[in-house]
Amino acid sequence: MTSTTTTVPSAGPVAGSRSFLSRLREGDEIARVITFLFAASVVLVTLLLVFELWQGSVLPRHKFGFNFFRTSVWDPIFDQFGALPFIFGTTVTAGVALLIAVPLGIGAAIFLAELAPARLSDTLEFFIDLLAAVPSVIYGLLGVFIVVPLMREYIQPGLKNTLGFLPLFQGPAYGVGFLTAGVVLAIMVIPYIISVSREVLLSVPRDQREAALSLGATRWESTWKVVVPFARTGIFGSIFLALARALGETMAVTMVIGNTPTISASLFSPGYSIAAVIANEFTEATGDLYLQSLIELGLVLFLLTFILNGLARLLILLTSQRGSEMSHV
Amino acid sequence: MHASVRPAVPVNIPPTTVTSAATREMPAALSMRMTIFKVNFYYGSKQTLFDITLGIATNKVTALIGPSGCGKSTLIRTLNRMYETVRNARLEGEILLDGQSILAQDVTSLRRRVGMVFQRPNPFPKSIFDNVAYGLRINGSKLPLSEAVEKSLRHAALWEEVKDHLHKSAYELSGGQQQRLCIARALAVEPEVLLLDEPCSALDPISTAKIEELLVQLKDLCTIVTVTHNMQQAARISDFTAFLLVGQLIEFSPTPQLFTTPGDPRTEAYITGRFG
Amino acid sequence: MSARLRWRKFVSGFMLTMTGVCAVVAVSVLFFILGYLVFHGGTSISWSFFTRLPAPVGEAGGGMANAIVGSAKLLMLASLFGVPIGFFGAIYLAEFSGSTTAFIVRYAADLLNGVPSIVIGIFAYSLVVLPFKHFSTLAGGFALGLMMIPITLRSTEEFLRAVPNALREAAMALGASKWKTIATVIVPAAYRGILTAILLAFARVAGETAPLLFTAFGNRFWSPGWNQPTASLPVMIFTYAIAPYEDWHRQAWAAGLVLLGLILAINIVARAILSRGIAVPRS
Repeated sequence: MTSTTTTVPSAGPVAGSRSFLSRLREGDEIARVITFLFAASVVLVTLLLVFELWQGSVLPRHKFGFNFFRTSVWDPIFDQFGALPFIFGTTVTAGVALLIAVPLGIGAAIFLAELAPARLSDTLEFFIDLLAAVPSVIYGLLGVFIVVPLMREYIQPGLKNTLGFLPLFQGPAYGVGFLTAGVVLAIMVIPYIISVSREVLLSVPRDQREAALSLGATRWESTWKVVVPFARTGIFGSIFLALARALGETMAVTMVIGNTPTISASLFSPGYSIAAVIANEFTEATGDLYLQSLIELGLVLFLLTFILNGLARLLILLTSQRGSEMSHV
Repeated sequence: MHASVRPAVPVNIPPTTVTSAATREMPAALSMRMTIFKVNFYYGSKQTLFDITLGIATNKVTALIGPSGCGKSTLIRTLNRMYETVRNARLEGEILLDGQSILAQDVTSLRRRVGMVFQRPNPFPKSIFDNVAYGLRINGSKLPLSEAVEKSLRHAALWEEVKDHLHKSAYELSGGQQQRLCIARALAVEPEVLLLDEPCSALDPISTAKIEELLVQLKDLCTIVTVTHNMQQAARISDFTAFLLVGQLIEFSPTPQLFTTPGDPRTEAYITGRFG
Repeated sequence: MSARLRWRKFVSGFMLTMTGVCAVVAVSVLFFILGYLVFHGGTSISWSFFTRLPAPVGEAGGGMANAIVGSAKLLMLASLFGVPIGFFGAIYLAEFSGSTTAFIVRYAADLLNGVPSIVIGIFAYSLVVLPFKHFSTLAGGFALGLMMIPITLRSTEEFLRAVPNALREAAMALGASKWKTIATVIVPAAYRGILTAILLAFARVAGETAPLLFTAFGNRFWSPGWNQPTASLPVMIFTYAIAPYEDWHRQAWAAGLVLLGLILAINIVARAILSRGIAVPRS
């Protein structure tokens, strides 16, 4: 297209409009360049973000190296920074969240995709989308005033009385702690699991269901043994997505986890998470090493979510592709 | 004149030189609006048109026919360089409009002079009026806008049907009306040539009849090239017909002649329905 | 009916019922949240909540007027920064770019979208707060705008791509240049979708707290101009909820109700716009 503009000036009806029209053509080039600059700035900003995190955490990387992740003393006064309690807290709360959210979320997704009539399914999906839009500070607010007292007064004593022989459920009931943070996180990530899982379940070709049913499977058997396995990778994708959100979640966790850097076998114990310690201490961090240690935690969080999100996208893509390939054959 | 850019192309190919084995007995006095000269066309490495040479007579209807995949749509899209929207598409040869190479021209001004109507009606999601006025607004109009819009709608035989609701969405029209709206939209910028790529394939018989009638009337206004997979349609409306087969021009003749005494056994096979 | 079949039927019925229970539980959380907020927030909300500054610590009364204005300023700044980048970037992706560039830009956007909001805060801190040496509306707006970019970009691109090619061809066949085609046909055809995308991005960042903690920081007074720390509704909710004062808790509920009401309203409006279909019927 570009080569044809380099013509000799010609006579005839074209000549009069040529300069105006070639300006139009140039308009195309200008539009291309301008929009390119905007698109490129997205890449630039992302690279800059990675660079800043890396550059901002040079000191602790040099001073502590890998010990940063292995030691559990977090003492700004003596410039000792070990991130283990925070990594522990983040892992445990996310783990608890998934234990609760995965069965519930996938169950609900199966209902929406397989059983509910389309109108009902769409209506419920609408509410679930709204739920996903509720900001995390609101979940934190409800966590502080509803989940925490509920935990302290009823659930934790109850668990202690029934399952108290397990080290998981021992110790005083503070209300705040790993378990509470996990529960609040679970409530937060369920909508993501439902939305994505429903989507991938719906992309399973109809003939898969019909084949199972025609062989005499019950409705549940066709769902659980045929449809769900077909959508398995996509459902894993939704779980990774939820995990990434749970790991990176800040406000709701900060408000209910107790903010104490401890490593404890008991889920009742107050703890701390990576995101929470950044939120609480970043503005108070005095000294470069302290601040940079917090930035290194941010880097860790970034890398974790980066990997999980990448995996999630890949898995979801694989499932929906398989579905569409099958249905085209 | 363009020798420095595109060598070995005569500037004004007289109609008589536009003859090949396939082209016979074209009336010598006819003036040619467009001339296609030795055109080869490729999508990537796949060649889809082979050495096509063809003249488009001024103020006549030229029809391109042939079985699907024969290259007739590709050929019509070379005439306004619409093929350039496809990546890796490449054209060799020369195409002239009024004696000037279209390949050396500014593409937007070319497309203003060579209008196009597509297979499926594709009105913009705007009002009827704004659809017709679109080309006038971007290209500038000599007449006042509303006058020009009315004129085009009248030419497209749509005015009486829509004059009372010009500001309704174009999507409220029927399919046939939408296609006539697209014709009006193309006519509004007063093109010298109007290309129609199977304009009736998405329409019912009654709408098709209206558009056929319209095309015959329009040839006083501009030169018309139409692609059709419907031989009867070509026979009814066109003055000249070109028959293409797997990218090659098999025969190009005055329409009555092509349908009554085809010069090539393959043409005869096609028009008598033995294949395609 | 054999015992085995009866058992299988029972399992089927039971498990399917359980999935229904899961769905009901999940959805009822929304109504629970709404009910609780309306109940607690509704009784705490008052005219002075919207018009007065926060009362000095320990005193009852006061409002969050400065936080409401602060949030509005932050969101305005975020939109001014994030929407153009997302919108024009999407036009480049959908209309101009080659597949390699598009892949890189999309990848970067997806990556940015997945970055935890607290990390966005760190980034905005080191990029805007450190050089200026103080917290500011500017820094907060930058952080929120950053989060708007990927959402706007990706959905706008999708809606632009959904515009049928026939319309592009029609415009070009009339002699429209490429950018005229985009400006006069493609973007108008996709505007509902684009509007939805922008609204959803806006709603998403309206409730963000973490990126504001060390960019906009907080302020118990008015924040004139753009270069001072400013209060915002989400941060106020956070600060008030974890403080030990009964009166602050009431105000946190009220602020939560206002914030959630705003966000849900935007979401519902956006979805309503979209459910009327994008302008071009797909044939």
